[in-house]
Amino acid sequence: MKAGDPQRQQGAGWLFVTPAILVLGLFLILPIFMALWVSLSDWSGRGSPFTSETSFVGLDNYSALLAEPGLARQDLMISFRNTFYYVIGVVPLQTVLALSLAVLLNNKFLKGRTFFRTAFYFPSVVSSVAISLLFLFLFAGGGAINKVLAWFGVNGPNWFQDSRGLIHIIGDRVGLWSISDPPSWMTDPSVLGLSFWQWFAGPSVALSAIMMQVVWTTAGTFMLMFLASLQDLPTEVEEAAMVDGANKWQRFMNVTVPHLRPTILLVVTLGFIGTWQVFDQMYVMTQGGPAKTTLTPAYLSYQAAFTNFQWGQGAAIAFILFALIFVLTTLQRWLLRDKDAAAQAKAERRQRREARRRPPGGGAVAEQSQRKAQTT
Amino acid sequence: MSAPTKEETTPVEPQIQAVGESKPSRLKTYGFYGVLLFFAILYIYPFIIQLVTSFKTNPDATNNSLSLRPDPFTTQAWETLATSDFPTWFGNSVIVTLSVTIGRVFFCSLAGYALARLKFRGRVALFTGLLAIMAVPGIVLLIPKFLVLNYLGIYNTYPALIVPIMIDAAGIFIMKQFFESIPVSVEEAARIDGAGTFRIFWSVVLPMAKPALITLTILSFQGSWNELGHFIIATNNPDLYTLTRGVAGFTTGALGSGNQYPIAMAAALLMTIPTAMVFILFQRYFTQGANTGAEKG
Repeated sequence: MKAGDPQRQQGAGWLFVTPAILVLGLFLILPIFMALWVSLSDWSGRGSPFTSETSFVGLDNYSALLAEPGLARQDLMISFRNTFYYVIGVVPLQTVLALSLAVLLNNKFLKGRTFFRTAFYFPSVVSSVAISLLFLFLFAGGGAINKVLAWFGVNGPNWFQDSRGLIHIIGDRVGLWSISDPPSWMTDPSVLGLSFWQWFAGPSVALSAIMMQVVWTTAGTFMLMFLASLQDLPTEVEEAAMVDGANKWQRFMNVTVPHLRPTILLVVTLGFIGTWQVFDQMYVMTQGGPAKTTLTPAYLSYQAAFTNFQWGQGAAIAFILFALIFVLTTLQRWLLRDKDAAAQAKAERRQRREARRRPPGGGAVAEQSQRKAQTT
Repeated sequence: MSAPTKEETTPVEPQIQAVGESKPSRLKTYGFYGVLLFFAILYIYPFIIQLVTSFKTNPDATNNSLSLRPDPFTTQAWETLATSDFPTWFGNSVIVTLSVTIGRVFFCSLAGYALARLKFRGRVALFTGLLAIMAVPGIVLLIPKFLVLNYLGIYNTYPALIVPIMIDAAGIFIMKQFFESIPVSVEEAARIDGAGTFRIFWSVVLPMAKPALITLTILSFQGSWNELGHFIIATNNPDLYTLTRGVAGFTTGALGSGNQYPIAMAAALLMTIPTAMVFILFQRYFTQGANTGAEKG
């Protein structure tokens, strides 16, 4: 009669969650409030930030980072620019690569599936430090990548020392401008402390190398998610589309992709959250260089606090980054979900219209998807 | 209905296409395996280069980076590693990873079970809080975590390395989801027999949760072995460095002059081996995590 009585469960319940509450409260929730205070103070790292020696400076740290012209704001804007190019490069590439690998592995005639799956997934379980060391070697001036490029007559760059932006390079190649002498209509206008020329630099060669590394590493994890979702796709649906004469590409776009939609949404969201936090690679490989082109908000925040002892500014950057990730993921989720729901409502309306026009028959699903293929 | 030409051809197509589907032509098969092989090389070759380079001399590694034959063959890099701080870091990584993994598996299942099964006031609020915590990006917590470690006076100690990452919200969430999928009837039977709550949890429910426990063990092991950020802010004492923290310093000239690629490759390889072993031993569970109920062969 003892174990079952509610009084006893009340106590046991709290007892069971106490360790979790203690650890998460002490090392997660409490620190957030401490950091909030530090971001509003001028603490220099000496002594405790909670004595009278540290004074309250209000929003000074935030305004130095966001409003006042100066080095702090310029660095933050550079880090935002770098990470922006990093995110819009890495997220689509890793999603497409993961999906392609999953579709290849999902082929029913494939022999040696386990081998290939293991090979593609393996980098995902390896430490980012080990992978970074490996890629520093592969992308070195005389490294394996440049040796392979040389086979094709390409003179590879000195990847991690090259701060030229990709857009700058492309513009230079097509004759739009010259990198050594940028036009004044690009260098003169200035927004938030950076000129147009700086904003539209694109990812630097060094950052591109890191982007390739990250795409290569993370695609495996997302590939497993896609693979699981692909195996849930009933073969009957695809067979029905096949019987109805949809070719491979039509089947992929109109049967497989709609089925994968939730997984794609998940992968893109996880990609966004992960890429905005990029830190390890910068810490191990480039320390923000060359010429600050691999500086990211996470690394800048670490650097401000632990290297330059501007703890208030470091904590403020962390909160700004937090807010940014929160806003962007909410926005992205809302955008994608809204479109999804709208598309579904549209499809339902069409279905109802068609149901009125003719009696339902076999192969309706495939027929519909096929029609959609031809209208789009 | 816009494109009538296409539509008119479709009724004839199906059988032909369906037949063509079942046996792909030889050329197509070669193309297909060619693409797969290209990706396999792209994924495996770097690790082979890593292994071979660790047996090269430094000039050989720098000049013949693509060659698969060390010339001359040397174990110099491995010997240098053995006499460096590397063994200490390896030991620290083992201590930290084992403590974190054991702690996470035990405390996360305890909390997960309470949230899934026990009825107590505040349970719903706790679960909501848990979801909110999971949404906080880990990287923005580096400075906050340092502040609290410093404040508590445990900066540069083993507890600072271990305790803050010993419980993670995602682990609790995984266990809660799993416990909710187990039928209640078994627990009720044990309860009628007079078993206490902890007894039921320990001897009845936990043994049934084996798949989830293995998944959590793997995730914790891999997560704490590969963790870098937390170890950067929890210590600056080389005696307490874990592998990730110590080896990361190789790139900033901790090894003296030059690039020392062979040593870096050997270190990277050694720190990969434990996770690789766990991965190979439990591969089934890695893929099952994502593939539950989808293994059709």
